[in-house]
Amino acid sequence: MEAITQFLEPLFGNVVNLDYKQVIMWVIGGILIYLAVKKDMEPTLLLPMGFGAILVNLPLSGVVDQIYDGEVEAGVIDLLFNSGISNELFPLLLFIGIGAMIDFGPLLTNPKLMLFGAAAQFGIFFTLSMAALFGFDLKDAASIAIIGAADGPTSIFVANYFQSNYLGAIIVAAYSYMALVPIVQPPVIKLLTTKKERLIRMPYEQKEVSKLTRILFPIIVTVITGIFAPRAVALIGFLMFGNLIRECGVLNSLSDTAQNVLANLITLLLGITIAARMRAEDFLNPETLLILGLGLFAFIFDTAGGVLFAKFLNLFLKKKINPMIGASGISAFPMSARVVHKMGLAEDKQNFLLMHSIGVNVSGQIASVIAGGLILNLIAR
Amino acid sequence: MGINVDLFLQTLPIMAKGLVGIFVVTGIIILSIYILNKATSRTKKDKNKDDAGK
Repeated sequence: MEAITQFLEPLFGNVVNLDYKQVIMWVIGGILIYLAVKKDMEPTLLLPMGFGAILVNLPLSGVVDQIYDGEVEAGVIDLLFNSGISNELFPLLLFIGIGAMIDFGPLLTNPKLMLFGAAAQFGIFFTLSMAALFGFDLKDAASIAIIGAADGPTSIFVANYFQSNYLGAIIVAAYSYMALVPIVQPPVIKLLTTKKERLIRMPYEQKEVSKLTRILFPIIVTVITGIFAPRAVALIGFLMFGNLIRECGVLNSLSDTAQNVLANLITLLLGITIAARMRAEDFLNPETLLILGLGLFAFIFDTAGGVLFAKFLNLFLKKKINPMIGASGISAFPMSARVVHKMGLAEDKQNFLLMHSIGVNVSGQIASVIAGGLILNLIAR
Repeated sequence: MGINVDLFLQTLPIMAKGLVGIFVVTGIIILSIYILNKATSRTKKDKNKDDAGK
């Protein structure tokens, strides 16, 4: 009998270290994998995050730092976290890829659209106040508010900059709501607009944008943002660096690599690395639920901010704007633009809003980075 | 964690500054795009004139 016990103990001894909270995290990991595979919700991130949540919540998991016999043994996920997220490297590298993917043409032909990108950041600042009201300290409130930008890399950057204790919950919320754009935005837009407003047609005038403008645009935006929000320079700089590679016309191979290989590689590591902050002891608390709620709140008020701003402008404009395009001012690109376009078509089969909503959507990408930078400037670390 | 009205009130100026800030920066970017578009389209027109003159 003793021999059997001696044989079984090394094999099954770790079972006693299993905590029910870890099992709950396996279920959460399983749900994320299910949403990624079955519902096609941001699968590139939710799947690695889901699997990572299971990995880090195994008892005495070797993928996270553990103390064995009084000595710290480095875990690979903590190692990745310290070398890729603690120093904001992964989100910044991802921004090069995102910048290389974005065509700012629709924005450059109609620069006014950028105003909607700015207006749609209202939810971020409003949520900052609401999170403070609910008892989060200023740094955590700022990190939570950025979920409303619907911009994963900026959320990671800001939350990490403030060394928020809720990084895992913030990232899960940011990416989940990005995937939920087609579900969250339409009811908010419908609630705030009349049928007559949704039927407003906006003919698109095709204008040629010179190559010089396309090349100078990322440089100018970087300089302007850098002057006003110096802490956002890294974010906006890497985004615009990617765009410059795309537009310069002499680095097509690098542009292709940034859009595909680099973006895929970073995304592959990002999801599983974020799981480092999904350990049961950090993740399973009432604050996580509150963060998910506040994230949704931010998202709704961003959408509302864009729509209401368009309605406000319509009070003064002869040529009316379809207020639905204001909702695309969040940076979930291109989902938000597509949602607005589809809603326009649902009201009137001849109402093509895509080019306008794309213009607003890419503005949202820039505006969310500026908003992130301003928050870093306004709140001391 | 409870309701913190003091901190909420502290964040209101931050909210105002943030919203004003984002519109100011965006306004400057919009202005620079207009100038950029004007400047580059003029360069293009001048070039077209030169080509026609040859």
